[in-house]
Order: sequence, then C-alpha cells, then structure tokens
Amino acid sequence: MSTGTPIQPAGASSSGAVVIRCECLERYLGEGTGRTHVLRGVTFEARRGEVTAIVGPSGCGKSTLLYQLGLLDRPDGGRIVIAGKEASSANDDERTALRADHIGFVFQFHFLLPEFSAAENVMLPMRKLGRLTGPQMRDRARELLTAVGLGEKTGRLPSQLSGGEQQRVAIARALANEPALLLADEPTGNLDVTNSNLVFALLLRLAKEKGQAVVLVTHNPEIAQRCDRTMPMRDGLFV
Amino acid sequence: MSPNLRIAIRFLLAKKRSMVMSLVGIVFGVAFFVVTQAQTTGFQELFIKTILGANGAIIIEDRFQNTIIDMPVDGSSFSLGDRTQRRLVLGVESPDEVRKAVLEQFPNVTAVSAIVRGSVFVTGPMRSYTGQVYGIDLDDHRRVSNLDGQIVAGDIAQFRQLSAIIMGSEFARILEVRVGDSVTIEGAAGQSGRYRIVALFETGAKDVDKSRIFMNLGDARSLLRRPFGASILQLMVRDRDRAQADAARMEQVIDHVSVAWQDREKIWLGVFFALRVSSAITVSSIILISGLGMFNTLAMIVLEKTREISILRSMGYTRRDISRIFIWQGVMVLAGGTILGSLVGVLLTIGVEQVPLPIRGIFKSDNFPVNWSVWHYVIAAATAGVIVMIASLIPARRAARLEPGDVIRGTAS
Repeated sequence: MSTGTPIQPAGASSSGAVVIRCECLERYLGEGTGRTHVLRGVTFEARRGEVTAIVGPSGCGKSTLLYQLGLLDRPDGGRIVIAGKEASSANDDERTALRADHIGFVFQFHFLLPEFSAAENVMLPMRKLGRLTGPQMRDRARELLTAVGLGEKTGRLPSQLSGGEQQRVAIARALANEPALLLADEPTGNLDVTNSNLVFALLLRLAKEKGQAVVLVTHNPEIAQRCDRTMPMRDGLFV
Repeated sequence: MSPNLRIAIRFLLAKKRSMVMSLVGIVFGVAFFVVTQAQTTGFQELFIKTILGANGAIIIEDRFQNTIIDMPVDGSSFSLGDRTQRRLVLGVESPDEVRKAVLEQFPNVTAVSAIVRGSVFVTGPMRSYTGQVYGIDLDDHRRVSNLDGQIVAGDIAQFRQLSAIIMGSEFARILEVRVGDSVTIEGAAGQSGRYRIVALFETGAKDVDKSRIFMNLGDARSLLRRPFGASILQLMVRDRDRAQADAARMEQVIDHVSVAWQDREKIWLGVFFALRVSSAITVSSIILISGLGMFNTLAMIVLEKTREISILRSMGYTRRDISRIFIWQGVMVLAGGTILGSLVGVLLTIGVEQVPLPIRGIFKSDNFPVNWSVWHYVIAAATAGVIVMIASLIPARRAARLEPGDVIRGTAS
C-alpha cells in the first residue's frame, strides 16, 4: 500500500493540501462486443478549498471518474490514493470505511430515504460513523439544515419538500461527517435555474468555509465557469 | 438503537400491509403448530398414563432356561449353559427372589407386584362371560398401578375381605351385575367359588375393562390351583423413559422375559408418533407459506430500495450492514409472529381442552386431551425461525451484493 499526501481534518486551515489523487486510471464498461474503454489512463488530483468542475459531452467518462474517486466502483488499472491509503486495491470494508470517513456525495437525484425526516436523513451518515452522541447528532443535523436554509423543515419527510429543498437536504447529508472530499454528480441537473443557482452557491460557500475539496460533474457551462478549475474531458481523457 | 435496526424498522413500517400478512401467517402457523402438538401428544400422554396405570412400566414373565451342553475334556466332561438355544419355563417360579434382585440392582424400579393370572368363566345372575383373574396383594399392586384412581364404584378398602373381587366396569355391564352382587367364578382346572363384587374399576382400555377381575392373591392361588410362584411381576419405575433399557438389562440379570411398556404398546405408540409428525408437517406448511410471503415482501423491498441501499453504501454502510437491515426485518416479524403465535396457541389449547369428547376404548377421557409442553413452543419457534431466516437471508444477500456504482449510474443515465 503506497502513501499519498496526508489528509488533515476538515475545517482546518489547510487550503491546498491534496485530498485525493488518482494516477493512470483505466476503466472498461460493458461485456463482449459492447465493452467500452471509458477511462483511458486518467490522472487527477483534488485539493482542499478548491472547487473543480469536470465537463464534457455525455459518455466521455465524467461520472465514471467521479464514481471511481468516490470508491463506488473499482478501476481496471491505475491507482487512487485517499487519506494516505491506496484505495484501488483495498478490500470492500476498507473502501467503505474510507467513504464514511472522508467522502460525501451529492447526486443528480437526491436519493433521500423517504421513510426518514430531513433531519433523520442527515443523521444517517453520522449514526453509521458513530462519533457523536444522539443529542450531538441532532444538533449537527439542525445546524446543517439551517445552513442550507431548511432550519424550519427539519422534521419534514422528503415527500413534503420541493425538489430544490430535497437536494439541499442531500447536500446537508453529504456534509454530515465533515468529509474532506465532496463529490457531486450533476447536483443541479434536476433543478430549475433559481434552485440551480441556490444549490451551487450553497455548495461553493460550504466548501470554502470548511476547506473541503469539491469535485463536481456538470453539463452547465455557467456553473463550470464559476468553479476554481474546469477540467474538460473527452473520450476518457482530460483534454 | 443501532442504525441498522432503525432503518429496518422504517423499511418494515413502509411495507405494513405485506408484513402484517406475513406476520399473521406466522402467528397462525405457530399457534396451529402448538395446538396440534398439544392435542396429538395429549392423546399419546393419556394413552401412556392409561397403560402404565393398568399394566405398569415393565412386566416380568416367563423364565429362560438355557440348554445344557456336555463338553468332553481329557476323557471326562463338564456341562455348559448355552444361551443361544434357550427355552421358556412359564411364569416366575421364585417371585420373592426376582423381586429382591430387581429392587437391589435396578434403582429406577420403585415397586414390584407379583400376580397370579389365569383364565376363568364368570357366571352372574343373568349371564356368563369369560375373563381373566388377577390375583394380587392390594398394597403391592397399588404401588405399580393406578388402581385407586380407576375405581368408579364401590370401596377398594373392602377388597381385603375374604372372597372379595374388583371387576372391570365393562365386564360388570356385560354380566349385568353391580357392586354388592355375587358371581361364580370357575377356573380352568375346574375349581370354582362364589365371590362378592366390592368395587368396579375403569381404566379406559376396553380390553382390560371387559375381562379383568382383581382377586386377593390367596383366593386366586386356590381358584387357579397355583399354590406358589407367580404368572407375572408388574413393575413401576421412576423414569418411564428408561424402562426399555432397564427391561433389556433385566433379561440378562434375572433370566426372565422382561417387556417394557414401549415394546408392549409399540403399534399404538407408532400410530401416535405418525400422527404427531403428520400434523407437524401439515401445519409447518402454513409457516412455510408465510415464509414465502415474507420472502416475496423482502425481495420486493430489495428491488424497490436499490437506490436507497446504494446511497447507504455510499455513505459508509457496509455490505454486512445492508444484510443486517434485511435480517432485522425478518427477525422482527419472526419475534412478533412467534410471541403472538404462542399466545394464540395457549388460548387455543385452553379452548380445545374444554371441548367435551367422551372417549373409551384405548383410554378414558371426557374432554379433548391436551398435553402442555414448553417443547411444542420451542419447536414451533425453531420451525418458524428456520423458515423466516431462510426467507430473509436470500433477499439480504442479494441486497448486500448490490454494487452502488452500478445502481446509481443506472439511475442517473
């Protein structure tokens, strides 16, 4: 297991430290004649306090790269180092633990659990990590929901919230364990312009405040322009 | 509360209707299992009590006599007992010696009653009928049977009087005699006498009740012309389940045919066992069907919740956690179903026990016989446990195998 740049606690003034690095990442999808070389040796790193937009046409490998960075998928070649650990060859439990500790996800769909209230959804990652007591978890969920403008709606079920509100709860949930890396796959793809701007501004603000590395995949050029760094992809490579 | 259990409860409550159907199935399955086992073992238990009460746990009868073989050795010879070619000498020639040996060497045996038995012809005021006299010492016989509990008319204490007999109730009905009447009893050897009925007994076993007459041992010896020895010895034991092993060893130790109640009543016991197994299998099918319903519901939840499962995986829930979420759901339905099912089983068993059901023939009962045993509940719970756990494990494994990247990518595209 190789060692990468160490990750410092989220929220610390450590702007610029590398949070995640991948080198020569390869990934094929599909079987037989339908097998496609989606990632062709991608090298990438994300730093604290930096918001990176990955842009490109559909099927160029943006989301596949994001899932690789989020340890939701295994590469066919190359390596990923997160928190000083070689994650690409780690077993499933180690990868899951790394996700719980260091990574937050926001997807195009909110993927909130419909049986749980907004606050309970935000508490789900905290309960798994088990670092906080019950009252501390409730306080933190309220604090995060207040930060995303939903302080009055903590007890509502997802079905009682609008699309924009649901996505904001998803952002609060992604930030629950103060991850060093926030990965967002088309986080505004399902929202109208007003809600898109609101959600993106929120992501940007929270990432800057907490010194998190944010990597987002987007088709929206306006949003890409507002990021610290834009990395265009084509045919499985950064161009 | 663990996060897995918390999620399992919410998933379960979200599928209330399907889960309630599975729960109800398990409740009825467990309840019916318990009540059918209580009934079948109730019949069996009553039968065993009846046969033990009438004929004791072990009967010692004819003596083995080994064949003697002469072995020539250096011009002379010596005799050797050959156990492989034994023949039987009817009855127990030395009952006191055998009684002493049995009581000394078999701590499980609590009492022994020597019985002189013989076929007789009984003539009442109206009719005559054949029967079998059992010559007994009342005190000994009370210890190896339930004679006191079987008395349905008259007074057993009067049995000590000269020429007193206790007759089977069915026998008395056939002869149309009652307590206080006298009958003439004629032995096979031609000896006869007049005896007064002091009590009637009813074991419930018709074969016994219509043929057996208890008589004082001295009277029986005189009637049957058997001045010494005994026809059989009837034994009672502390642990009835050890009777078979004791009887087998007794044959070796005392050289008499020894038959335990399990061998004597093998056919009926086999019938009861077959009924128990058959009812258990039939009722288990209810639990099995509920298990299938449970499997369907959980499999449906897995299909419907693939996105939620993936998102839980993305936030740090392991495959084991996901598996446990589904197993917890099974455990909750199982626990609820077993507890409620056992309570319903108790109520049904109490209800069945009240149902009037006069039975005479192989035993005597006025109500539906039931047997209370914690094992019925344990076996019902174990059966439900195995079925529900299998029904939960398969969807749980499927849920745990889901690759979050594949699911989320599939949803997003």
